[in-house]
Amino acid sequence: MSFFVLQPAELDALLLTLRVTCVGLVVALPLAVAVAYVLARYRFPGHGVLNALIHLPLVMPPVVTGYLLLLAFGRKGPIGSLLSDWFGVSVAFTWEGAALAAGVMAFPLIVRPIRLSFEAIDPKLEQAAAALGTRTGIAFLVITLPLALPGILGGAILGFAKAMGEFGATITFVSNIPGETRTLSLALYTAIQSPGGEMPALRLTLISAAVAFAALILSELWARKLRARLAGADA
Amino acid sequence: MLEVDVTGQVGAFSLSACFSGGAGVTALFGQSGAGKTTITNMIAGLVKPTAGRIIVKGEVLFDAAQGINMSLRQRRIGQVYQDARLFPHLTVRSNLTFARWAGGRSTTRSFDEVVGLLGIAELLDRKPAHLSGGERQRVAIGRALLSDPRILLMDEPLASLDQGRKADILPYLDRLRQEAGLPIVYVSHAMEEVARLAETLVIVSGGKVLAHGPVADIMSRVDLGNATGRHEAGALLEGSVSHVDDGWGLAHVDLGQGQIMQIPDPSLSAGDAMRLRIRARDVALSLSPPTGLSIRNVLSGEVLQVTVEDGPYAEVVCAVAGQTLRARITRASAHELGLQPGLKIFMLVKSVAIERRQRMAVGHLSSGFRSGDKA
Repeated sequence: MSFFVLQPAELDALLLTLRVTCVGLVVALPLAVAVAYVLARYRFPGHGVLNALIHLPLVMPPVVTGYLLLLAFGRKGPIGSLLSDWFGVSVAFTWEGAALAAGVMAFPLIVRPIRLSFEAIDPKLEQAAAALGTRTGIAFLVITLPLALPGILGGAILGFAKAMGEFGATITFVSNIPGETRTLSLALYTAIQSPGGEMPALRLTLISAAVAFAALILSELWARKLRARLAGADA
Repeated sequence: MLEVDVTGQVGAFSLSACFSGGAGVTALFGQSGAGKTTITNMIAGLVKPTAGRIIVKGEVLFDAAQGINMSLRQRRIGQVYQDARLFPHLTVRSNLTFARWAGGRSTTRSFDEVVGLLGIAELLDRKPAHLSGGERQRVAIGRALLSDPRILLMDEPLASLDQGRKADILPYLDRLRQEAGLPIVYVSHAMEEVARLAETLVIVSGGKVLAHGPVADIMSRVDLGNATGRHEAGALLEGSVSHVDDGWGLAHVDLGQGQIMQIPDPSLSAGDAMRLRIRARDVALSLSPPTGLSIRNVLSGEVLQVTVEDGPYAEVVCAVAGQTLRARITRASAHELGLQPGLKIFMLVKSVAIERRQRMAVGHLSSGFRSGDKA
């Protein structure tokens, strides 16, 4: 048996991880952009509370976050029972639940750089756009959003990394079910716990490192291109 | 064209301004902190006055009594700021056409015409980061012109440029004034820009309008000395070039009633309408026509007003060819010459004192210039 041949279970774990991470990110990113914009541009009662709430998953033990998710989204939880009554879906102990846990845990890390880049954009540019006849929504799409792209990319990378490696909240919320919720991290943990699991553990480690490395390189290339375009280097 | 009557409060600063402006350039002049920018922000719709009204070209933009307060977008005011505020991620071309593709504004003004007027054809594919300060301002002006504005609001557009760049861009502002056919509100604390560009002058100081009216009238008023700046104080004379003496490199400007001034500028041509800003400190007075002097400009007229100050100086306002000229001389001279209103007087001005910054062609009489109407 060659070391470099992936076992079906490991391939499953890799594909599942990518699916969980991407779905979690795709759902979390637009929400994070909206929240970051609100936090950066508006001052309102409850600003601090909203900010603290978003950062909670970062400072609480992941197990606590996972347990809270279980309480809320479990079959008998307030949100979970609504979901199953109205749509017949359940996220507890499914890969969708793993994506939810990944998204929630990554959320504060995604919001932060996006918020910083919104704060760095002069609101006077939006005023200038309004004076030129642009509606607020369109000004956001053609001025603010493109200028914030480096921050959005930065947030997405941090979020991707966090979501890929999520462990504590995931195992608490959706358990460790092969083929359903056993992501790379959980598979690696399982391998280490089993006798004779050193080889699979090493392979899983290498896969994780390779995926993370590839993502980092790609995003760095993209960021470089973005920065050049924004700064006006005539590329 | 423009009627402003507003009161308002920004933090601890209270403002009360009432003035009107006609076609052409209305300049808001005053020191920093006088309230110029607050007034423009109120016209633009960035600051809401507590009371009063703002009317532009018959359109009520703001009226506290009637509860009218148009949004920034509805006001259609072309704004040019000190810091250009171009969109950094867009090319010059996309910045210029922004109002069309993002704002849905249609404009009667042609893109090529505006690009030609401002001399920015070479810059269209560049990003703002690759423009000089003066180029940025020209693009910002073009962007505002192409947004179909009722009026152009320029808040210290030259303030962040060095002297050389200012000189580069002023001719474009001259052309804009003559060819855009659009009222312009021009905010500045530089008297030379105001003297060159403005038709109407509004003096702002301490949150109030001290005076407003035709630029030559306001500049010849001695009582505004502190607000207009004593050292730079002067009057505006208007005339037209009667002929150019190529041999000596002098243009003869006829002020009317046979009064001629000679200006060291052979590049002018006969028929050019000129506006000369003569600083009060460059004018000397004489009771009799002087002889044996190097001074070439001897204007005759009469004393209108003598204002003796506490210090060593006196300000004399004189009439010449139906216009006014100011002279700043010592109190001692005023006393010795026995200056008083009605006295016949000769005004001496060195040609050399009328340097490039002090004189400007404001059009050409014979070509029926004022082509603004066609735009």
